[in-house]
Amino acid sequence: MPAEHYLNVKYGLKSWLLTKDHKRIAMLYLISVTVMFALGGLFAGLVRLELITPGGDFLSADAYNKAFSAHGIIMVFFFLIPAVPAIFGNFLIPIQIGAKDLAFPRINLLSWYLYIIGALLGISAILAGGVDTGWTFYPPYSSQYSQSHVLLAGLGAFIAGFSSILTGLNFVVTIHKMRAPGMTWFRLPLFVWAHYATSLIMLLGTPVVAITIVLLVVERLFGVGIFDPSIGGDPVLFQHLFWFYSHPAVYIMILPAMGVQSELVATFSRRRVFGYSFVAFSSLAIAIIGFVVWGHHMFVSGQSMYAGLVFSILTMLVAIPSAVKTFNWALTMYKGSISYETPMIYAIGFLGLFVIGGLTGLFLGAMGLDIHLHDTYFVVAHFHYIMVGGTVMGFMGGLHYYWPKMSGRMYPDGWGRLSAMIIFVGFNLTFFPQFIAGYLGMPRRYYMYDPDFHIWNIMSTAGATVLAIGYMMPLFYMAWSWKWGRPAGPNPWGAKGLEWTTQSPPTTFNFDETPIWNEEAYDYDPEEAEAEYEREFGTIN
Amino acid sequence: MWDFPFLPNQASTFAAEVDAFYFALVGVTAFFTIAIYAMIWWFSVRYRRGKKADRSNAPTSNHLLEAVWIIIPLGISLAIFGWSAKIFFEIKTPPQDAMQVHAIGKQWMWKFVNEDGKYEVNELHVPVGRAVEIKMISQDVLHDLYFPAFRTKQDVLPGRYTTLWFEATTPGTYHMFCAEYCGLLHSGMIGKVHVLTQDDYDAWLADAGGSATASSGGGSGNALVDGAKLFEEKVCHTCHKSEATAIAPTLVGVYGTDVQLQDGTTVTVDDAYIRESIKNPGAKIVAGYQPAMPTYEGQITEEQIVQLIAYIKSLK
Repeated sequence: MPAEHYLNVKYGLKSWLLTKDHKRIAMLYLISVTVMFALGGLFAGLVRLELITPGGDFLSADAYNKAFSAHGIIMVFFFLIPAVPAIFGNFLIPIQIGAKDLAFPRINLLSWYLYIIGALLGISAILAGGVDTGWTFYPPYSSQYSQSHVLLAGLGAFIAGFSSILTGLNFVVTIHKMRAPGMTWFRLPLFVWAHYATSLIMLLGTPVVAITIVLLVVERLFGVGIFDPSIGGDPVLFQHLFWFYSHPAVYIMILPAMGVQSELVATFSRRRVFGYSFVAFSSLAIAIIGFVVWGHHMFVSGQSMYAGLVFSILTMLVAIPSAVKTFNWALTMYKGSISYETPMIYAIGFLGLFVIGGLTGLFLGAMGLDIHLHDTYFVVAHFHYIMVGGTVMGFMGGLHYYWPKMSGRMYPDGWGRLSAMIIFVGFNLTFFPQFIAGYLGMPRRYYMYDPDFHIWNIMSTAGATVLAIGYMMPLFYMAWSWKWGRPAGPNPWGAKGLEWTTQSPPTTFNFDETPIWNEEAYDYDPEEAEAEYEREFGTIN
Repeated sequence: MWDFPFLPNQASTFAAEVDAFYFALVGVTAFFTIAIYAMIWWFSVRYRRGKKADRSNAPTSNHLLEAVWIIIPLGISLAIFGWSAKIFFEIKTPPQDAMQVHAIGKQWMWKFVNEDGKYEVNELHVPVGRAVEIKMISQDVLHDLYFPAFRTKQDVLPGRYTTLWFEATTPGTYHMFCAEYCGLLHSGMIGKVHVLTQDDYDAWLADAGGSATASSGGGSGNALVDGAKLFEEKVCHTCHKSEATAIAPTLVGVYGTDVQLQDGTTVTVDDAYIRESIKNPGAKIVAGYQPAMPTYEGQITEEQIVQLIAYIKSLK
């Protein structure tokens, strides 16, 4: 490890809270986002515990409604949206393109403070007694009927939104203006492409949800009729505005994880990502088409039948770039030199879960079937396959892949692989039964349910227990490795890319001098990797 | 508890086709999931680091392959779209001769009024083999009327009517759920739909008792009777007489007809128009009349409007 690096260059709380170093800000995000993930997970645990039995016997109906709302609001606004970009994007984009920092280091720090203010408002809403609207805040319930702390939670999401806008702005400018000599657009790691596409959505979409929240607040506080028909509003208008952001927002959540996925598959197969330019452009295609599919959340909302038709066909189109990515990732392994360290286990898990998550999206985009499936547990299962099976697997894969770079030390790989496999099994046990309960007709957000759905809920809660164990393990071995882990060296995975040419942990300005990059992205040679392996270990068969 | 159901009952004309479509999609999903996993598995075993294999000339792109896996998924997804659109239009288009039922959703109960004015709460009796169209409105927040066995649901909005229809095929008792989160007792806003043979249905209709207590405010147990009473209580009858007067048109025989408005356009007298004319009488004035009617906004519940509609409909 270098004698002086970004972690030990200065000590003390002030050196962290006033830092402008993108790597330190990433670490601040890592801690705060992990806390929010744990909190969101706690609420998920309460929900799953209540649902072990069909009756209502663990929580009250009110506490249950507040628990699933808290779970949704925390996970969406304070975990899934910032998780990969604000931690790994922040840490790696400047290093991957050969820059000293992001374009606007002070704004980067401001983003973190806005996130923290938003998160604290969200937490204070819970402590003050909770919110019971669900994360979707549909009026007129949220504006006129709910007695809970809608304003505090809404304000939290509103402020966290600006954190996301500023991060997006910072990434776009950085990627355009700060690439090192020779780092052309088509030599960028696909991680950077994915974050570029994400940033565009953050910049263009987030202001719309901010406006929507303001309108909701105006109706709730001042009784101005915007969404409630009894005072002259239209509740379907809210749904249009809300999903105009919140559907693209699911791409904000998944695209960065797809970026991680590209890195992992390439590195551990020792292969250039197959169809690089197709994977790169598919991120942009998802970002663009993703803006025009929002009405597929509203097939039974009272929206016109013909609007439904248009949104449905556009939804079918947005599936294509995701399919392109999936096939390219799988084919990247062809003729590779594949090894199975922890990050690769996550990458393989991601691929399979994402295929199921993506294809079940077609069930819901198909109007005739969505009528039956809408607002049932089928929807819950589908988006958890994308958000947990995709984003969280990508997040965990990225964490295990970049941890040696971020901390300078290796975690025990055996424990890593074990926890990855526990998470994979626990995940499927939790969410697969929900597809079946959903098709049977179990509505979501139900505190009590019909005994017909009992067995699937038992399985789901059992799975959640396994999943929780899997998620807790890294907390221990990662913390252990921070002090006792073996020093990683600059490039523990034998990976290509500028980030693996720097020290681990990197020094404050990442590079001693501006690097000049003359390679294509992922310039791997699997035959050379094999030869190297054979020199070191001999052949295994 | 140790029961592993996979499908809800199939009890409407849509159910079989929706299920067939579902299984087709399950097939597509299984095919691609297995194909991708088989591919990864095969590569993982064959190209494991340290294992001898031919890794020469490993390709890094192939435009033909990219075209193939753009075009095939596109074709499949468009086929899915086509099939789903067909089902969607069926589910969304009630037949002309459907039996009319009104539903009012309010925190946290469902109230139904059938063609004969009979009330039901959290229960709905329908005859087998006959199309039933439910016109729905909410008294407060969003709700959603969902019949899993019929494979249909529709959001119930405050402020305007939405409709849902089905034709039940198998007698029995099935779930009725609220599928749009509506607050504290959302999961308690449930009930049963009873599909009866025509004979049983007629017997049920003839049985005057049972649901009489269902109407609120000490009503008669029949929406037509309550509507007639309301028509007097709200002094509608002082202007809307059995013959047209100088002040107001008659409402006799008007339901379902087209009437000409002041601005030259015409409007069909249906539930939505009657509701609008009660809440906002000035919006669409019938040609030849002055806007003389006061608004009843805030003075009348959705249920009362449904009673008035039922009564006006019965004026022949």
